[in-house]
Amino acid sequence: MDARADGGKLPNAFFAPASSSFADFLAAHRPDLLPGKRVDLGPGVTFDAPHGTTIVAVTHSRGVVMAGDRRATMGNVIAQRDMEKVFQADDFSCVGIAGSAGIALELVRLFQVELEHYEKIEGTVLSLDGKANRLSMLIRNNLPMAMQGLAVVPLFAGYDIDNTDPATAGRIFSYDVTGGRYEEHSFHSVGSGSVFARGALKKLYRDDFTEDDAVVACIQALYDAADDDSATGGPDLTRRIYPVIMSVTADGFRRLPDADVERVTQSVVDERMTHPGGPSAPLRQP
Amino acid sequence: MSMPFGYVSPEQVMKDRADYARKGIARGRSVLVMTYADGILFVAENPSSALHKVSEIYDRIAFAAVGKYNEFENLRQAGVRIADLRGYSYDRTDVTGRMLANTYAQVLGTIFTTESKPYEVELTVAEVGETAEGDQLYRLTYDGSVADEQGFVAMGGNAEAITAKMQEGHRDGLALAEGARLGLDALSNAEGEQRTLTASQLEVAVLDRTRPRRKFRRLTDAQFDQLLSG
Repeated sequence: MDARADGGKLPNAFFAPASSSFADFLAAHRPDLLPGKRVDLGPGVTFDAPHGTTIVAVTHSRGVVMAGDRRATMGNVIAQRDMEKVFQADDFSCVGIAGSAGIALELVRLFQVELEHYEKIEGTVLSLDGKANRLSMLIRNNLPMAMQGLAVVPLFAGYDIDNTDPATAGRIFSYDVTGGRYEEHSFHSVGSGSVFARGALKKLYRDDFTEDDAVVACIQALYDAADDDSATGGPDLTRRIYPVIMSVTADGFRRLPDADVERVTQSVVDERMTHPGGPSAPLRQP
Repeated sequence: MSMPFGYVSPEQVMKDRADYARKGIARGRSVLVMTYADGILFVAENPSSALHKVSEIYDRIAFAAVGKYNEFENLRQAGVRIADLRGYSYDRTDVTGRMLANTYAQVLGTIFTTESKPYEVELTVAEVGETAEGDQLYRLTYDGSVADEQGFVAMGGNAEAITAKMQEGHRDGLALAEGARLGLDALSNAEGEQRTLTASQLEVAVLDRTRPRRKFRRLTDAQFDQLLSG
């Protein structure tokens, strides 16, 4: 099956012209390696596998920030307490995942290779919409697994380098299990705690957020999600496990250093010591 | 014993094919690949800024080629697919230049002996190591021969003259700027006549071991000029 297996002759798929998609190449040449294509569980069979929980994303004046809690659950059991669910997709985008962890991680890996593959074959980068659409296609291919309870719901965010205005260049896309792609404005969240996180973000979000503001809003929102959703992990101060936070601006992608996240998280937790519900919004517009 | 009419000996067939390929390659402009202190430098005479002779294959691996564009472009794309497939199904660290060079050698060898015409290409697969000792340069020729080169590789029409120049000037641990000047000088004077190549006539890239994951980086004309003057 490897490239060299056929007496020094590469299978034709390797020379197929005009295919810059790695996923299409896999589908033609090694369909067994596609996520979700390996097992047929049979109709109606579902089982427990680790699930990832809450991801939030917030735009700001220079780009966009994405954050995820660290918990994976399997039924009522905490499967992992320091899981990472937000990843760099390429130099100007990141992707967070909620849902069936094993398949989600593989899907992210495929997505990362997909973007890099395009870049190398074509010698140019995909547009942000192009990237969002490729992810849509990958999610759609997972539909058979989703129907057996192994759904993956990503959140995609990136900086649109074709947009000259940094204030609107940070963009967020959400997906449903059928691959439907929806552009979100200002902020969004996915996963089991997303209802609570989104409620928090709705009250916290301001149009003039700086990057630092957006980071604080993400941590507040994740705190609120963990407060009300048992599957979302709050900041684990004793083990020093804090949310993973990624930032994308015109300068590219960066993961916030642990020390910075620790500092902000600690201040949020300190505030909650006196106000467990977090910052309160004014009752009426002033 | 009389030979049947139209018989050509295998030796003659191979020699004709080799001559054919060599002529095709000799018509092309040259590409130079050399090690420097922090990695591997590629300097190619290539007036096009869109059709590349030097390209990224994987995290630590790059590809340089001379000859017929559609043929080496075919091989380059196959290389990207091989590398991405290997990295995806195993691990990123399992993709090596040696593996890729072996695959290219077999592909080129098979084409040379079985197809009606050989590929008119010469390739270098370069892999940058954690340290200078880990840097590797594999030169592949049209018939699938593969050679593990030390220090530098010159390919294309003026390869011999460039090699002579490089043997005088190249040493281990060159700074990037020194390497750039040496490369420009070697390519410029290779014709035997003095010409002055400018940045816009060159394609320049590096595999820089100090970079995070993806080591390959192209140098713009301005960056290359700055390097030469700095």
